[in-house]
Amino acid sequence: MSTYAQKRGFGAVLWDYLTTVDHKKIAILYLIAGGFFFLLGGLEALFIRIQLAVPNNDFVNAGLFNEIMTMHGTTMIFLAAMPLVFAFINAIMPLQIGARDVAFPFINALGFWLFLFGGLFLNLSWFLGGAPDAGWTSYASLSLASEGHGIDFYTLGLQISGFGTLMGGINFLVTIINMRAPGMTYMRMPLFTWASFVASALILFAFPPLTIGIFLLMFDRLFGSNFFDSAAGGNSIIYEHFFWIFGHPEVYILILPAFGIFSEVISTFSRKRLFGYSSMVFALVLIGFLGFMVWAHHMFTTGMGPIANAIFAVATMAIAVPTGIKIFNWLFTMWGGSIKFTTPMLWAVGFIPSFVMGGVTGVMLASAAADYQYHDTYFVVAHFHYVIVGGVVFGLFAGAHFYWPKMFGKMLNEFLGKITFVLFFTGFHLTFFVQHFLGLMGMPRRVFTFLPGQGLDTGNFISTIGALLMAAAVIVLLLNIVISSVKKQKVGNDPWEDGRTLEWAIPSPPPFYNFKQLPLVRGLDAYWLEKMEGKKGMVPAEPLGDIHMPNSSFVPFMISLGLFIAAFGAMYRADYSWGLPVFIIGLAVTFGSMAFRSIKDDHGFHIHKEDLIDDNKKGVKA
Amino acid sequence: MKRLAKWRLLTIFAIMALVLAGCGEPYLSALKPAGEVAKTQFNLMILATSIMVGVILVVTVIFVIVLIRFRRKDDRIPKQVEGSHKLEIIWTVIPIILLLILAVPTVAATFNFADVSPMEKKNKEGKTDVLVVNVRANLYWWEFEYPNEGIITSQDLVVPTGERVYFNLKSSDVKHSFWIPAVGGKLDNNTENINKFWLEFDPEKSNEAGNLFYGKCAELCGPSHALMDFKVKAVSREEFDKWVKDMQSVKEPEKAQTDLAREGQEIFNKSCIGCHAVTPANTTPEAARQAPNLTNFGERSRIAGVLEHNKEELRNWIKDPEAYKPGNKMTGTYGQLTDHQIDALAEYLMNLKVQD
Repeated sequence: MSTYAQKRGFGAVLWDYLTTVDHKKIAILYLIAGGFFFLLGGLEALFIRIQLAVPNNDFVNAGLFNEIMTMHGTTMIFLAAMPLVFAFINAIMPLQIGARDVAFPFINALGFWLFLFGGLFLNLSWFLGGAPDAGWTSYASLSLASEGHGIDFYTLGLQISGFGTLMGGINFLVTIINMRAPGMTYMRMPLFTWASFVASALILFAFPPLTIGIFLLMFDRLFGSNFFDSAAGGNSIIYEHFFWIFGHPEVYILILPAFGIFSEVISTFSRKRLFGYSSMVFALVLIGFLGFMVWAHHMFTTGMGPIANAIFAVATMAIAVPTGIKIFNWLFTMWGGSIKFTTPMLWAVGFIPSFVMGGVTGVMLASAAADYQYHDTYFVVAHFHYVIVGGVVFGLFAGAHFYWPKMFGKMLNEFLGKITFVLFFTGFHLTFFVQHFLGLMGMPRRVFTFLPGQGLDTGNFISTIGALLMAAAVIVLLLNIVISSVKKQKVGNDPWEDGRTLEWAIPSPPPFYNFKQLPLVRGLDAYWLEKMEGKKGMVPAEPLGDIHMPNSSFVPFMISLGLFIAAFGAMYRADYSWGLPVFIIGLAVTFGSMAFRSIKDDHGFHIHKEDLIDDNKKGVKA
Repeated sequence: MKRLAKWRLLTIFAIMALVLAGCGEPYLSALKPAGEVAKTQFNLMILATSIMVGVILVVTVIFVIVLIRFRRKDDRIPKQVEGSHKLEIIWTVIPIILLLILAVPTVAATFNFADVSPMEKKNKEGKTDVLVVNVRANLYWWEFEYPNEGIITSQDLVVPTGERVYFNLKSSDVKHSFWIPAVGGKLDNNTENINKFWLEFDPEKSNEAGNLFYGKCAELCGPSHALMDFKVKAVSREEFDKWVKDMQSVKEPEKAQTDLAREGQEIFNKSCIGCHAVTPANTTPEAARQAPNLTNFGERSRIAGVLEHNKEELRNWIKDPEAYKPGNKMTGTYGQLTDHQIDALAEYLMNLKVQD
């Protein structure tokens, strides 16, 4: 059954990935798609910074700038950060809990294809009459006034990709609850798994409000309803609430898995168990819980009145406490450790001061009365880039370097990795630190230009230089990836030599069934415990037996494709006569595929014991 | 020891204030507060920043020690420490205390800024004793209505210094946000409700800023969001009263003085007056006030909020508004004008003055 190791043609590989339900391959799909959108969003960021390098610049015009700025935010959050986080959860979480796959492999694949088709739909707006231009928040009064179909691409695209995300979240929750290996109790789960668990719970509760918000917005724009049109008795403030009830938990959905990655990296390269494991878990859960209590701090200037503002101000400040607990726990994990500065560790080390900076400006923003000054200025832009880039993106880079050998069986070059880090770290601080001051000096956010003579010239120029450095860093990273994929050299089970959790006990990349025998988990850092007792691998919890695996399926692709087609129909329904038929055809493809899936029983297949023993004898892939 | 800690905090405080106060222009920067609201906000900012710099220092010190002392030197396996309840309690309790220190003044200021009770109290004439300004935000321009005085102006807000001025904010198209950074934080102009707050303009600081503050729209509102600037003339109460009287005295559109201006006025009456009023009375309904009121146009500080105030720029603006403010509502509403007609219009408009 070692077909995956054979050389195959491009067509076969493509078909394999189009139909795969294997969590490791889906992780790679997420990584490629998320990486692609990350580059796209980065390019948009560069255009923004070039336009703002000097006052009165005309690199892009005002309307185009708003489209670029909107797509930068939307792409980075929904199409880059989310899928990249999903890539690592998919790749690593099942291994960490000792599972052979996620609970619903089919839905896992469906989630990916929905995300991808939603993202493609959204980005096709560039070629079909203009991208959305009302900011990634798409506040209702402006998005209802926006001409053309840009905002429709936004509402439809995000609904499709949002379905995918919601399915992913539910899938991860069920997986973590049900699929843990024998002995893997909740309080023995690695921190990354815990973070994935809490983030998935947040997805479950946060995405429905977003879906409703943009669903109603879609109805207002395409089907003549008036939910948010104040002239017709609607209320656009409700849209703001919908958006932020989703929007605030969203940043925790992104940052918590990054926290998880840092916890693994820091503990691994300090050769120490995580300091205060239970308080780390508690802090994660508390952040997740409080994350739903603070959305209105994005709306302090909306005019909610002093009582609401005061309550949300204090609630927001409270989040600083569990976050502080985490920072100090990381510091004291390293304290007394034996720290090796590998590339992932550099990202983790660089993350701490960067994220603390973003965290403290977060507390400043929580101070409602003072926030009237910060709100919607470059101060806020600086703040959220410090937490999202300094936290999430650093985490994704750390994860990419750390888990690359586990996902692909090859190391990324350490020297190039360190160059990437230095360039990116410098560029990041150069870009965003000065933006705090630009905001306080009176520069609103989302401006396509600024006039000279306002004291804003120098700061903006510095910021642009920093952005160029970050771009250079990403190019080095790409180079690194290319070089590493050309290389032949394969790595063993535990390439970093200090691996602590289950994923490092199996080959890199793992066989498609992950664990030949489910491992017996005897404590936190299960693999480390066995290593310390001089054992080579995990103690199996079951005798060698047949393994039940799911079949590949092309149905997820078809379901998603149907919605993609239907979205065009829905959007052009009023403009062209072919709109309605296309809408119906698209839905028919989706529901037809679902019916096909429901009617045709698919029992999967078994890997037989004998084949597993065969694998053992060859012993080449270990 | 305690005193030392206190001094250290004070020092951070002072340094922060100095560093931050060095930033930006006095007519624009929130770091050069020129009024009660901005001052309170600045103090909150300094308080928060000082606490936060303290936190950053502690983290940095531990961080640097860790990175230097605990680098890997040999192959030993360090002791696997589970945690420390004492330490964990310390770094839970101290942040809570620090946050409380910040939370109390935050809540107090939040309520203070929202106290608009004086503007709700009407006297016998049905007016308020305090100065009230209705701010109506429109796609890329601002209207300022003084309901007590019965006058309307646009783009340049005129206010007296040294007293609280109360604002009613609303929008007539999409959401905007009213922000005068040097004088106080922003509040949104919503489409569905009226938001209220107050600001105070400090007389001395106003002088330092040349009595002219920059105001901005802080909420994305379309292509020209970045250009939706306004200006605030902050003058003494006497000057303000005089300005109000001068404005009120304009009952009829001012007669043009020169031939060219007269020609301009004719064109204006044919092509422009449908949207632009040249009398300050607030008798027409809001919906009819589709463009900035131009009564005192000749005394304004900018053309269209962003261009230098001179005839040359005015001509450019009338010729092709789209080039200067993309997406504005004026483009294409008055047909093609010849250069001479534009000259005449500019001559007429630049002479629209109420003060002598």
